[in-house]
Amino acid sequence: MSGVEQVARRARELVRGEGVISDRARLRTYECDGLAHYRVVPALVVIPQDAEQLAGVVRACAEHRVPFVARGSGTGLSGGALPHAEGVLVVTSKLREVVEVRPEDQRAVVEPGVINLDVSRAAAPYGYYYAPDPSSQQICSIGGNLAENSGGAHCLKYGFTSHHVIGADFVTPQGDLVRLGGMAPDSPGYDLLGAVVGSEGTLGIATSVTVRLVRLPEEVRTLLVGFASTDAAGAAVSAIIAAGIVPAAIEMMDELAIAAAEEAVQCNYPDGAGAVLVIELDGPAAEVAAEYDAVERLCRENGAFEQRVATDAADRALIWKGRKSAFAAVGRVSPDYIVQDGVIPRTALPEVLAAIAALSESSGIRVANVFHAGDGNLHPLVLFDESVPGQGAAAEELSGAILDLCIAHGGSITGEHGVGVDKAKHMPRMYDDADLDTMQLVRCAFDPDGIANPGKVFPTPRLCGEVPGKHKGAHPLQDSGLAEIF
Amino acid sequence: MPTVVTPASTGDVAEVLRGGHTVVPTGRGTKLTWGMPVEPEVLLDLCAMDRVIDHQPGDLIVHVEAGAPLAAVQEVVGRAGQRLALDETVAGGTIGGVLATNASGPTRMHAGTARDLLIGVTVVRADGVVAKAGGRVVKNVAGYDLGKLMVGSFGTLAVITEAVFRLHPLPDVQRWVTVETDDPHALVQRVIHSQAVPWAVEVDGSTLSVLIGGRPDGVAARVAVVRDLIGGSVSDVAPAWWGRYPWKPGEIGLKVTCAISGLGEVLAAAGPRVRGSAGVGVVYAVADRAEDVHRLREVAARHGGTVVVVDAPDEVKQVVDVWGPVPALDLMRRVKEQFDPERRLSPGRFVGGI
Ligand SMILES: Cc1cc2nc3c(=O)[nH]c(=O)nc-3n(C[C@H](O)[C@H](O)[C@H](O)COP(=O)(O)OP(=O)(O)OC[C@H]3O[C@@H](n4cnc5c(N)ncnc54)[C@H](O)[C@@H]3O)c2cc1C
Repeated sequence: MSGVEQVARRARELVRGEGVISDRARLRTYECDGLAHYRVVPALVVIPQDAEQLAGVVRACAEHRVPFVARGSGTGLSGGALPHAEGVLVVTSKLREVVEVRPEDQRAVVEPGVINLDVSRAAAPYGYYYAPDPSSQQICSIGGNLAENSGGAHCLKYGFTSHHVIGADFVTPQGDLVRLGGMAPDSPGYDLLGAVVGSEGTLGIATSVTVRLVRLPEEVRTLLVGFASTDAAGAAVSAIIAAGIVPAAIEMMDELAIAAAEEAVQCNYPDGAGAVLVIELDGPAAEVAAEYDAVERLCRENGAFEQRVATDAADRALIWKGRKSAFAAVGRVSPDYIVQDGVIPRTALPEVLAAIAALSESSGIRVANVFHAGDGNLHPLVLFDESVPGQGAAAEELSGAILDLCIAHGGSITGEHGVGVDKAKHMPRMYDDADLDTMQLVRCAFDPDGIANPGKVFPTPRLCGEVPGKHKGAHPLQDSGLAEIF
Repeated sequence: MPTVVTPASTGDVAEVLRGGHTVVPTGRGTKLTWGMPVEPEVLLDLCAMDRVIDHQPGDLIVHVEAGAPLAAVQEVVGRAGQRLALDETVAGGTIGGVLATNASGPTRMHAGTARDLLIGVTVVRADGVVAKAGGRVVKNVAGYDLGKLMVGSFGTLAVITEAVFRLHPLPDVQRWVTVETDDPHALVQRVIHSQAVPWAVEVDGSTLSVLIGGRPDGVAARVAVVRDLIGGSVSDVAPAWWGRYPWKPGEIGLKVTCAISGLGEVLAAAGPRVRGSAGVGVVYAVADRAEDVHRLREVAARHGGTVVVVDAPDEVKQVVDVWGPVPALDLMRRVKEQFDPERRLSPGRFVGGI
């Protein structure tokens, strides 16, 4: 019996009913995540009903050295949940219980398959919510958020997933169930939770997640501001930040992105705008009022030609509609598109946008820009038509060149979508061998056999047995001359 | 006695580590007595590595060497109306020391702790290999976040030589609302669930003090909210005890954590000399005797918390468990084994004898 068959047998003992899938036709439903051009049919899919079962399946994988891949809602955009052909896909979609909401502690404990927005829904009656808000929050899971260290528009002020996940029960790739962090802050020892958040399922699987809840703000004001150009909008962003204001969100869309959104959802953004900003201020009413006056003035001084403000939920939703539908909207103006995710220091924005425009011009490939302007996280949407010979390759090349720009400006190849399979090859452009080797020391500690989501994040796996650069025998200080050198 | 070596660069540190000695990295030595005692062959004094390498006000980031005193960094970024939102809980401490011990003070409620502010780090491994993680941008999910692993690792995984932090704007105004109370817990609950958005809620024995910072109009309104809830007097200077540990050298100093709802019981058990970030469930206490530690540990554990002996005379450390029970200790040992298989970095100083 093969390793996978052994795991399947064990899984059938553990998980009753429909939770173990080995039928080829049904396995196909899981062949990709949100990055649909990578497809691999897994050898087995297991959908455990509780943490015990999940741990049992991982233990079986460990015993037979069978690779496993965790999957939440499968909305990841870097192929993180892409299955392994000889491996097991462990799906958390039945682990959907909000275990506890503890407003007095400002905490909630949830199972990993719980949908992001459902945490906020459960906390709302107490006046609380879960702050990180990826645009996919109606469908993505907390486990996936933890694994990707997901961000969202409001992370500018409130921080990313790593700031809000304060504990997790976690199954290591060796099948051990460990508790990392918890209800109280600063648990003694290494911050393993800090290493696990953002590790893209390569260190194990979270079976329970403890999150921080944030008080719902007293007041929220959302501004929609029209500018002639992205440069003007960028200057307004810089002015706001320089004034010491940290809005809850500052999002920018350029002309092409606005046009696409307009066509898709008729969001009625300012006519003739070369760029719009969506700025949200939230907090105590008096604070918001003061900030609003300053933001309104700074936008005006930087060339805003139209400003609209929404103070109630319905108006706010209208403003956000255009921004939130942007990815889907470009699908209507272009048969194919790549969603890029890169980060630059915010002050490099004008320069980088000009460079992207130049690349677009010279290649004839259109780029629509949507981004989290406050923290320099770009989402250029590279538009192309696969049916036109050469366009796919040209788009791919342009998309890669954008990452080069990010790296050249001291930025990152991913701000929130993760490395996954898609960007593993780019990692050596950002980190040298020693950096990658050092990260993989952590991998070796958690997963010496390399069975947790293999092939993701790192371009070349490290063999865990070897300890490179190990020196034998200590020389006395005097011999090495160090005491004199310094 | 260890040999003191004073490197001037990351390359120098690498050369020292390649020498194969047991090493304890140190800055100004203000927290050198924290953790279990270690007698290394080399005391690696990073004070000569004290440069502020780069400050980009427009991007709100600063890149510093680990030996730079926190106060010196504050002075540089302060000129641009910014601050590194870390507290100098012990006067004179360096960036490296704050990172390695994960020291935090009142600012944590508003801005988080070192782990939340550190966006890039350069370290030298035990084998002398120099590695970086993170970068110079606030948002970055490329690869593992090694910085978080280094924060609070007490010099047992690698030597931190450089760090990049995100900065915060200096507030226009800060006000402290301070009140005497026999039930700090009740007042804490009132304040944290209110719409005042407190920047810090600190306790000192029977005194509670709430910091409100921000723009003048907003601050005035929020201070009024807090006063409605708890009364007290308003000041534009912090109470004298603000952000300092309650113990004196030679005493037994504890860090006690708990779920916020357990604060009342924890404060009662901790005795009169207790101080700290009540609003987030982290307080510091002075124990009279070693036995007090066990008792307090039981109370904190009932509320999901822990007690760590931060500082104490060596005799005391021989008889109490300084770090207390640590979940996932096996996994931590395996991490240590990978980074420092020969146990040359601060051996024995950390949890479980790491
Ligand atoms: C329309 C759209 C908009 C999006 N907007 C945003 C955005 O604004 N911000 C943002 O950050 N992302 C965004 N994303 C990306 C995606 O939604 C996030 O990465 C999300 O966190 C993935 O969650 P998921 O449950 O779908 O995870 P999956 O795609 O199923 O998995 C993602 C990764 O997590 C791992 N994983 C899943 N569950 C666990 C677990 N329990 N333990 C350990 N590892 C696990 C998987 O192995 C995989 O590596 C968007 C995606 C779409 C389709």
